[in-house]
Amino acid sequence: MDRDIARAHHDLGGVTKFMCAPIDTEPHALSAFDKQVDALRQVLSLKGLMTVDELRRGIEEIPEAEYHRLTYYQRWIRSMTATLLRKGVVTEAELAAALERR
Amino acid sequence: MAAFAPGAAVRVKDDWPESRGPAHIRTPHYLRGLRGRVVRRLGAFANPEDLAFARPAERRSLYHVAFDQPSVWQEGRPGDELLVEIFEHWLEPA
Repeated sequence: MDRDIARAHHDLGGVTKFMCAPIDTEPHALSAFDKQVDALRQVLSLKGLMTVDELRRGIEEIPEAEYHRLTYYQRWIRSMTATLLRKGVVTEAELAAALERR
Repeated sequence: MAAFAPGAAVRVKDDWPESRGPAHIRTPHYLRGLRGRVVRRLGAFANPEDLAFARPAERRSLYHVAFDQPSVWQEGRPGDELLVEIFEHWLEPA
């Protein structure tokens, strides 16, 4: 389809049968990681640091190969990290130090 | 106020902002340039295309727009419709 040429890689509506694996519709448990990411997003929203629209934009900015490799909540944390760094809410050094302490 | 009444024939703009630089768009690629019919106005909401970049966001009318599904996706039965939420600035009279 010619009209797919300019399609952004996340804009998958209508191309399912060509690009995607069948969707597993069985209910599944959320991991502790998933819940922490979800809670953190809510805190960032409540504190006015980030909108859900910024979250979506950040998810869409993940390079295509990574976008398809990451899980749902891994995409969220990638977007949240990039957004907070861009806005200067946290610095690269602070993030590195926090990860070092884990 | 709302530019389109229920039943209005509309066309989704054949515009591709994502090809011009960073963008956040809630109008799916497969509807660009296609004709549909306004079903109802859903209200006015801050424009997500601006919210996504932490810019001041004007409130824009949002509509439910129906499209003939078989001609969009080449599948489905005659009369099947897609119902999609589309902001007013993406619609033009058809």
